[in-house]
Amino acid sequence: MKELSELNLPENLKYSDDHEWARVDGDVVTIGIDDYAQDQLGEVVFVEVPEIGDTFSKGDQFGTVESVKAVSEIYTPVSGKIFAVNDSLAEAPELINNSPYEDGWIIKIKADNLSELDNLKDKASYFQMLKG
Amino acid sequence: MEEHIANTCRGGVQKCHNAHQTATSGLIFKESFLWEKSREGRCAVSIPAQDVEESLLDPELTSDPPELPQLSEMDVVRHYTRLSQWNFGVDSGMYPLGSCTMKYNPKTNEVQAARPGFAGAHPLLDEDLCQGALEMIYNLEQYLAEITGMEAVTLQPAAGAHGELAGMLAIHAYHAKMGHQRSKIIIPDTAHGTNPASATLCGYESINIHSGEDGILTPEAVAAVMDEETAGIMITNPNTLGLFEENIKEIADIVHAKGGLVYGDGANMNAIMGIVKPGDLGIDVIHLNLHKTFSTPHGGGGPGSGPIAVVKALEPFLPVPRVQKKDDRYTLVYDKPDSMGRMLTFHGHFGIMVRAYSYILTMGAKGLTDVSKLAVLNANYIKECLREDLHLPYDRPCMHECVFTDKFQADNGVSTLDMAKRIMDYGFHPPTVYFPLVVHGAIMIEPTETESKETIDQFIGAFKSIVQEAKENPEILKSAPHLAKLSRLDEVSAARKPVLRG
Repeated sequence: MKELSELNLPENLKYSDDHEWARVDGDVVTIGIDDYAQDQLGEVVFVEVPEIGDTFSKGDQFGTVESVKAVSEIYTPVSGKIFAVNDSLAEAPELINNSPYEDGWIIKIKADNLSELDNLKDKASYFQMLKG
Repeated sequence: MEEHIANTCRGGVQKCHNAHQTATSGLIFKESFLWEKSREGRCAVSIPAQDVEESLLDPELTSDPPELPQLSEMDVVRHYTRLSQWNFGVDSGMYPLGSCTMKYNPKTNEVQAARPGFAGAHPLLDEDLCQGALEMIYNLEQYLAEITGMEAVTLQPAAGAHGELAGMLAIHAYHAKMGHQRSKIIIPDTAHGTNPASATLCGYESINIHSGEDGILTPEAVAAVMDEETAGIMITNPNTLGLFEENIKEIADIVHAKGGLVYGDGANMNAIMGIVKPGDLGIDVIHLNLHKTFSTPHGGGGPGSGPIAVVKALEPFLPVPRVQKKDDRYTLVYDKPDSMGRMLTFHGHFGIMVRAYSYILTMGAKGLTDVSKLAVLNANYIKECLREDLHLPYDRPCMHECVFTDKFQADNGVSTLDMAKRIMDYGFHPPTVYFPLVVHGAIMIEPTETESKETIDQFIGAFKSIVQEAKENPEILKSAPHLAKLSRLDEVSAARKPVLRG
């Protein structure tokens, strides 16, 4: 497993306490799990994603990530309607491990209210939380 | 006392160096798939000559015969014997799989279950012709009611999770009968993983609450979420950390005060049998795993059996048929209008019930109480002996299992998984790893009461050696097991690209 100093945590993302990341582009928010989460889970073998058009409220579980170790729920940090899901994960769940922020994104959600993301952490405070 | 235990096990290890390594290398046969051994025309049975007139079935009811490998009897016997030699079971060595109670299965249980009167009984026999079988069911229910301190028992559920579902259906039926169905159920983070699934199948939303800092549930945490829309709480006691939920009575009072019910997960009953009756703790329904606590075969040796025991208020909802005793005669009663219906065909896993009944009669009341005392003593002995070698996240007396972590080994890059793999080379089944989820890198050891002190000392010695190896030669752990037929399997490819057909 990675040392905290080895983690890749891009500056331009927001992080949740549950180890999801969010990237805002207009009113569409892309969500995935971060380097810490993929490293803790180990090799991901299956990702369950929602359907396009499904609606979720902030804090809802929208899918699961299954590794050889455990099944983990993933939660949306923002309310809205699913705009796109990453279909490549069905055939290649390892994208979550190999490229958690680019090819391994999970959903894009059309946000009802972007200010819900204000509670998320930036890189520095997220890193501080991991350090405990 | 603690010092005495520690000295004993240290002394033991010094005196008999390497005596804890019970595994050695041996002759392991390769074995191919049965399909690869198949030869046209080879056959393991001689079918007797036909001595009745041939009568063909309607062609619409038939099709081509199934494709089966063609093998001689010896091909088949060697195949399965060889596969069994690759395997590890409680008959081959200590199997300290936490949360599973892998105790020894006494062979007398098998003898009783194989008696022709039991083994040959057809489940549709008239009551007149199976009084003995019905009496056994009735008596076993009575014994389990006595052990749990409950009013009534059903033996129908097929295994633990099925028993949980039956228990939750009873709670669901109770609230429906009371005129107001509820929507939520409280589940602590130290519950068994199947609990939320059972609740969800009954349409309840799981409300998760966290255990306190010492690993047990606080009444405050329950009171904060318990309301009149909450059907009850599902609580495992002892919990999956191997700790006794000391606040259970207060928690039950809180739940009852709001009209809720308390579901007890009895998977860990092996720690408290004969000492504590769940009925006295305020639990309203509890399931038991006959294949854990009552020594019936487990894992691949199943099937399981998950009876539930209930308080009087829940009795009307139990599955039918119920076995009733009247004037020394046993009858099957179906006329129970509030019953949840059937949970399984016929009477449940009858052969398993015979084994559990045999176990209870063999042990007697004192024997069953001793089981729990010794199971708890053995787990605490291991906890005390390994506490300097492995990190102990909750430092308090445990029940029938103890939980360590890999924290002390992290600096050497050695994980729980590596230690679990290495213990196989010493001839032991690995303990449960990475569970319970609330403990990072958990190693959960449940020795059960059936292991002798010598075997437990060997296990402790093996773990101490592994901890030493982790410091001096971590590579030997990372590439373990070395003596098993196969070493590290490619779990990732197996999960990502499973080959589901031979």
